Amino acid sequence: MELLIAIAIGVLAGSGVWLLLRPRTYQVIIGLSLISYSVNLFIFSMGRLRSDAPPVLTGNAGSIGAYADPVPQALVLTAIVIGFATTALFLVVLLASRGLTGTDHVDGREQQ
Amino acid sequence: MTGWAHHLLIAPILLPLVAGALLLLYDERRQFLKGVINLISTLAMLSVAITLLRFADGPATGVYQLGNWPAPFGIVLVLDRLSALILVLTSVLATASLIFSLARWHKAGAYFHTLFQLLLMGVNGAVLTGDLFNLFVFFEVMLAASYGLVLHGSGPQRVRAGLHYIVVNLTASFLFLIGVALIYGVTGTLNMADLAAKIPAVSGNDRLLLEAGAAVLGIAFLIKAGMWPLSFSLLNAYTVAAAPVAAIFAILSKVGIYVLLRLSPLFFGAQAGASAGFGSNLLLIGGMATLAYGLIGVLASQAMARLAAYSVLVSSGTLLTAIGLSDAGVTSGALFYLVSSTLTVSAFFLLIELIERGQDPAAGILAVTAEAFGDEDEDEKEDEIGVALPGTLAILGVCFGGCGILLAGLPPLSGFIAKLSIMVALFSPAETGNGISATTWLFTALLIVSGLSALLAMSRDGIRMFWAPIDATVPRVLIVEVVPVVVLLVLTLALTVQGGPVMRYMNDTARALHAPAQYIQDVLTAPRVPPAREGASH
Repeated sequence: MELLIAIAIGVLAGSGVWLLLRPRTYQVIIGLSLISYSVNLFIFSMGRLRSDAPPVLTGNAGSIGAYADPVPQALVLTAIVIGFATTALFLVVLLASRGLTGTDHVDGREQQ
Repeated sequence: MTGWAHHLLIAPILLPLVAGALLLLYDERRQFLKGVINLISTLAMLSVAITLLRFADGPATGVYQLGNWPAPFGIVLVLDRLSALILVLTSVLATASLIFSLARWHKAGAYFHTLFQLLLMGVNGAVLTGDLFNLFVFFEVMLAASYGLVLHGSGPQRVRAGLHYIVVNLTASFLFLIGVALIYGVTGTLNMADLAAKIPAVSGNDRLLLEAGAAVLGIAFLIKAGMWPLSFSLLNAYTVAAAPVAAIFAILSKVGIYVLLRLSPLFFGAQAGASAGFGSNLLLIGGMATLAYGLIGVLASQAMARLAAYSVLVSSGTLLTAIGLSDAGVTSGALFYLVSSTLTVSAFFLLIELIERGQDPAAGILAVTAEAFGDEDEDEKEDEIGVALPGTLAILGVCFGGCGILLAGLPPLSGFIAKLSIMVALFSPAETGNGISATTWLFTALLIVSGLSALLAMSRDGIRMFWAPIDATVPRVLIVEVVPVVVLLVLTLALTVQGGPVMRYMNDTARALHAPAQYIQDVLTAPRVPPAREGASH
């Protein structure tokens, strides 16, 4: 499971960075989204990967070792919401730029 | 600080939040009312900040436990001398740029007042919080508001610069998250004081992971602070931003500096064991590179707004180098420099707009505004409330001269004292015990040359703006627009006159930063509010 998650994070981050460096605003926003997915997975995996371990205490609590760390799960929720909101905000600026400059190049003008 | 007064600690966050939400209820036709609400909230924040500053200048650290959870488990707000200082600085800048904007700029786009208040909330929160992830949240509040404000006034130039600014800052936020996650993964805590207590015990491979996390986190702050080569988007954004926005943005880069000032002695100070001094060499080299880049930029810039943006970099570079030296004496000089240079740059951004208004009205930035928001410029003449200023050019000229003296670091204004106190600390016996190092010489040389380059650039621009034009039109400037500039400059004069008490405060601040044991103990052992009487029956 560790290997799978690590590869997933790597592929997402790698493609995200590549897209981020492309000249079209659409590619940039997709790149940002991919990076945010990889970052969210990364935060989640920092709480250690475990199966069959609930993050919330149940009726007969038992030992603390039987539970997963709930903090990264709370963090990742916050990070998802904030990442989503700021990316949506970027989308508005992207459209404004397209409208004002007439091109979707990140510099507002086509390369010669 | 007990009883209700204790809740004053959270007021700098709640006040702008409530005011910002309230402002959303009124539409664009009620601009005057919105301006009044915004002004009341900002002035209230200023008085709260000054009260907090007086409290912080005592022996105790103010700790506010949100939800009454004790420190490592809940989020705490921490008030010490450094955070109180930045709070006061923020509210002073906010008051000045708000009053300036009320003359005309606040009408140049929607939601200016709301965004302004939310920006203040983000800055105040970032300064007060004692939790690493909460810091991220407040950074995002601050940045989201700044994304809106950088576009204020619209126009292709602002949108283009804003686009780059947003992409770079979004990427920085992701780096921030990676850093925080790595640090949490190793230490299992996010509370700054708790982290400082746990870092010395981290060893082996965990220490490598921790340092990697801290480095990634540091990059995120350095992007905010504008370290070369991470500063290109920041330069453009500051250059094209509307004058009052640029003036308040002067504090944004200082928030990055604030976090570095807070965290590097706390996490990697002398007490940190194997990790002590981590990253300080990078800050030293990066700071000096920024300083060099900034001073060349100051000399090379044609437009004054660009010159001001490079001055921000010069200021950042000086401060980063000072943090990298990690010495209490240098830090105290750097804190003085931080206050002085932020006030200067902010006043300069406001002044530039007033001066350039007289130069070439057709090419002015207001024209760009008119393009996007209709021909507002035409009927604005009757719209303006207030009195036009007599002797405009004389006052603008004096203010410009004042900015030049401050940027160059000449006596009698505070820029001189700031640079002098940094240099005195650099050459003090404690530092020079084993000879004066090459770094010290290089830093001193860069400090002096940066002052010289500012002097050259300012005299060149001054001659071009005030002496050379033969038939220049005198800009129409309202008193309400000049007053903030004058007040900011008078404040730097006051810093000089009150140099002794101010330096004493800075010395105490620096000493507390470099010996964080007291801070850590105060945060971790802060008492909880005792439960109400019926709580005992559980």
